[in-house]
Order: sequence, then C-alpha cells, then structure tokens
Amino acid sequence: MKLSSVISARFGKPDSTALKGYREDGGYATWLQVLSEKRAPSSLIEEVKTSGLRGRGGAGFSTGMKWSFVPGDSPKPKYLCVNGDESEPGTFKDRQILEMDPHQLLEGVGIASYAIGAHIAYIYLRCEFKKGIETVEAAIREAYDAGLFGKNIQGSGYDLDVHLTMGAGAYICGEETSLLNSIEGVRPYPRNKPPFPAVEGLFACPTIVNNVETICNIPHIIKNGAAWHAGLGHSEDPGSRLWCVSGHVEKPGVYEIETGYKLQDLLDGPCGGMLGGRKLKAVIPGGSSSKVLLPEEVAKVTMDTPGIRAMGSSLGSAGIIVLDETTCMVDAVLNLMRFYAHESCGQCTPCREGTPWLVKILDRIERGEGREVDLELIEDLASNIEGRTVCALADGACWPLTSIVRKFRHEFVAKIPVSARKDVVSA
Amino acid sequence: MFAAELVTELEEIRARFPYPKAAMVPVLRRLQTEKGWLDKETQAWVAEFLSVNAIEVHEVVTFYPMLYADPVGKHVVHVCRTLSCEVCGGKELWRHLEKKLGVTRGETSADGKFTLRAAECLASCGTAPVMLIDNVRHEHVGPEEADKLLGGVG
Ligand SMILES: Cc1cc2nc3c(=O)[nH]c(=O)nc-3n(C[C@H](O)[C@H](O)[C@H](O)COP(=O)(O)O)c2cc1C
Ligand code: SF4
Ligand code: FES
Repeated sequence: MKLSSVISARFGKPDSTALKGYREDGGYATWLQVLSEKRAPSSLIEEVKTSGLRGRGGAGFSTGMKWSFVPGDSPKPKYLCVNGDESEPGTFKDRQILEMDPHQLLEGVGIASYAIGAHIAYIYLRCEFKKGIETVEAAIREAYDAGLFGKNIQGSGYDLDVHLTMGAGAYICGEETSLLNSIEGVRPYPRNKPPFPAVEGLFACPTIVNNVETICNIPHIIKNGAAWHAGLGHSEDPGSRLWCVSGHVEKPGVYEIETGYKLQDLLDGPCGGMLGGRKLKAVIPGGSSSKVLLPEEVAKVTMDTPGIRAMGSSLGSAGIIVLDETTCMVDAVLNLMRFYAHESCGQCTPCREGTPWLVKILDRIERGEGREVDLELIEDLASNIEGRTVCALADGACWPLTSIVRKFRHEFVAKIPVSARKDVVSA
Repeated sequence: MFAAELVTELEEIRARFPYPKAAMVPVLRRLQTEKGWLDKETQAWVAEFLSVNAIEVHEVVTFYPMLYADPVGKHVVHVCRTLSCEVCGGKELWRHLEKKLGVTRGETSADGKFTLRAAECLASCGTAPVMLIDNVRHEHVGPEEADKLLGGVG
C-alpha cells in the first residue's frame, strides 16, 4: 500500500493557501483553458462521468451522472452548492482542504459551475471552521482580483459569482436538502425527494450539491483526462481519496490513498499500529453512520465500494474510527446515539421519538439496570425507524447501532443483571 | 443600532443572495460575534433588515446550537463530546473543566467569564481531544493545556 498525493499534494507547503503559489504549481491553468477553448459543457460532464468519480460526501453517487440530471433546457438559473458542513463523526478531511489548499477547491468550483451552467456558486461551510472560512474568503477575494471569477471572465462571455455562506452547528445541514433550506434562511428541515435538487433545489431552481473533496477532483480529471482517473485504484470505484483515521492508533490523521488498498495495511503502516500496542476491538470505517467491522473483517477488507460492501458496511465519508480492547462498546454506541438524538431535526416521528428512546434504553443497560429483552427492543425500534423517514440521518443512526449490538452482544449481556437475563427470566 | 461600518458589511453579505432572507445565518452569526448573543432587539433588527417577520428569525435562531438566544459568559468554550474525542482523553477534559469552572455542561461560571458547552464532532478527530474557545479551535487539549488556554483569555 502506498500513499498518493493528488488532492493533498500541496498540503503543508509554505504558503499553500496563496494564489501565487497555486498558480506556480500550475493551478487555474485548467480553468483558463476551459474558458479559452469554450469547452462544451456536455463534454465536461461526459468526462467526469467516464472518470468513474463518486461523491465523497457519504452517499457515493456518480458525480457525472448527477450533473447530467440538470435539465439543460430549463429557463431558470442554476446553482452549484459546495457542501463543506463536514460534521459526520470521524471525518476531518474537507477542513484540511479548506485550510490548506482553498484555490484547488475554487478551481473546481469554476469548472463544475461552467459544466452545469451555473452563474452563482455557494460554498457552504460550518461556522466552527473559523480558519477555513477566513482562508476561503481570502482566496475568493484573490481569485476575483485576478479576474478568475466575476463578469465575462477572461473575455469568455461566461459569468460566475462565487459566494461563501455558513451553517451554525447543526449536523443535519450536511444533508443536501437541509443545506438548501439552511441557505434559504428557513428552518433547515430536509425536504422530501423527489424532486431531487438537480431538478428543483435552491430557490426551486436546478442545483447541484457536491462535497468539498468531490469538487477538488474536478480540475485533476479535466486536466489529466477521464482515463487517468479511471485507472487509479479499484476499477469499479476509482480514485485517490482522503481517509481520516482517528481513535486508538499511534498516528491518527488524514492519509491520501488510492481506493482498493487493505485497511489493515493502513493501520499497521502509516498509522503506526495500535496505540500502545494494544489489541484492536472494532473499526467503524465510513464515518459514524456506517456498520462496525470486527478485527477479522478489518484484516480482510479492501477499501473500495465493492470490497467494503462484501463486509456489509460502507465507505461513507471515509472517517475510519479505530477502537481498541479498552473500549466499552456499550459506552461507544451510547455516545453515538446521543449524537443522533441531539442532531435529529425533529421533523419525522420515528427519528425524533425513536432516537431518544434508544438513548434511554442504552443508558439503562450501561448503568446495569437493563434487561436482556431490551436488546430485542432495540432491534424492534430500529426496524421501525430505518427506511421510514424523510432523510438518511435516522438510517445512519440505526446502522452502527444494530451492527454493534449484534456483533458485541456479549458486552451488552455482561452489563445486564443476572436476574434480568433471558435464561433466568424464562426458567 | 449598529455602527455604519458593520451595517455596510451586513449589506454586502445580503447582496450575495437573490433573496435577502437567505442572508439569515451569516448575518446572525456576524451580529452574534459583535454582541455575544442574539437578544430580542437584535432579532427584530435582523427581521427588518431581511424584510421578514420576527418569528422567521426566531425560528432560525432557536434551531441552531451555534446561535444563542440566551445570554452567555464572556467567553464560550465548546468541548467535543463525540466518540473519537471521548475515547482519546475527552472524558478527562470534561471532568477537569466542569470541576475547574464549577459548572456542568451548558452552564456559565459564577464569575460570568466562561460558558461551557458540549459540541458534537468538530471535524478534528485525529487530534483529539478538541475544544473551541470563542470559536477558535484547540487540538490535543489535556487538562494542563486547558488551564493555560483559559488563563490566556480569562
Ligand atoms: C444526515 C446527513 C448528513 C450529511 N452530512 C454531509 C456533510 O457534512 N458533508 C457532505 O458533503 N455530505 C453530507 N451528507 C451527504 C449529502 O446529503 C450529499 O449526498 C452530498 O453532499 C453530495 O455530494 P457528493 O455527491 O459530492 O458526495 C450528509 C447526508 C446526511 C443524510
Ligand atoms: S430522519 Fe430525522 S433528521 Fe432526517 S428529516 Fe426526519 S427527523 Fe429530521
Ligand atoms: S469526535 Fe471530537 S472532533 Fe470529531
């Protein structure tokens, strides 16, 4: 397994945020070429489609396919919204891009907007990203001053305004339709789909929402060609991704690697092994909303969509949370359920009522006051939540929950007083 | 109610959107930085500034954890409570800060200096435990480091 450096190539360079350095490294050449050649937008969409790029925000949908859903003949304005809400527990890659290479993102914003026919792009950042916001704001100003955005850019006849906007501490705003409502200035409840944003999104106009890292891939794909990208990593899920490793490893951090590598190799190699040489207990591989993997699954899994699917989990936002033998899995899942209960927007009954109930049940198990039938109650509740809500937050709560309860049932049972265990109750 | 310079800045934010209402969150955040929290008068001013009803502003203010509809201490401290931080020293940091400030999460210290709040994952899990002081991020914060940081702003 070897590290790669497409998206992170300029991280850590002195002055990596300044326009000057970015241009010296060849930055904005692709954007200027798209403009000067008056590239047909459809050819850009086709290029991204054949590159095999999948969204890096969590759902992993084909980016080119999504772009092609924008109705070209619509008389309405079109919008690009960049999702920089980054709040999925275990995920911290977009922030690094924002703080260390904002112009890479802006070049992608230019090309993506041009491809979908947008003349306004909003970059939506969570307000806790103080440094990221300041860095991106400065970069936008520099890009305007250099004539890279604005009216009739470089005499091309194409106009593009790029603006920054922000959320205020709500995880749900990362969900794309909640994000649209957040930008519109109303309570950010997710919307029912369809209509999908590509058809009816921001201000009821066709809108593409893409993750920060997804957009950063665009200049590289247009510069190097679809075939180049399709050849990186795993053929069915190609590309070079930023993987965030946190928890009990010696060297946590963001590592860029082409898809298709073995997770165990990342943990043993670049991550320096388990913290203090302790034993691995579990990995949550794709941000907190993915299903847990056991050590024997970690030893086998390859990090690409087919590989992780074969283990019953998902790559999500590439937030890899590593837990060692000292972790109590009841505590761990209780921590996560408190997160989902707190972040539920309250719009759907199963999510609003169900997530606090789950917290209550897990909390009593944790305090030694649970009953073994509670474990069935958890399953029952989860099956009444999953798939029955407006957005995927509630599904995302159920996946780590039920997988942890099933795979670590013994840890839950061990916390249940003997008198409340099934074999005793039924005897 | 606000200095002309600030109003100009807010007008610039408002102009980024085809509808003034869309400037809601950035405008509220900017005013909160100015005033510490969003009292009724500020909310009413924003309603007028964005040509919406007062209730529409209130609905937004009361939704977001990072918009404060109630007074806060001189400094707001957010400590991440989510999993990666919790298993990498976050528990100790919480215990330490609650004891030091004599508060539980959500409360303001008796001297009015610090409000201690829980934050969910701050997207810095690889450098746990993490906290914000007045929205500035601090990483790898052990108890001693926390004392230093609070001493630095207090
Ligand atoms: C509860 C929830 C939270 C989400 N949070 C984020 C987020 O913080 N950042 C992000 O890019 N996508 C997030 N997503 C996924 C978005 O809905 C959307 O799929 C994504 O931004 C699309 O961009 P992509 O195709 O480039 O991945 C979230 C989804 C859900 C259901
Ligand atoms: S599933 Fe939960 S977070 Fe999503 S819309 Fe429904 S209540 Fe809101
Ligand atoms: S869990 Fe604390 S920053 Fe992510």
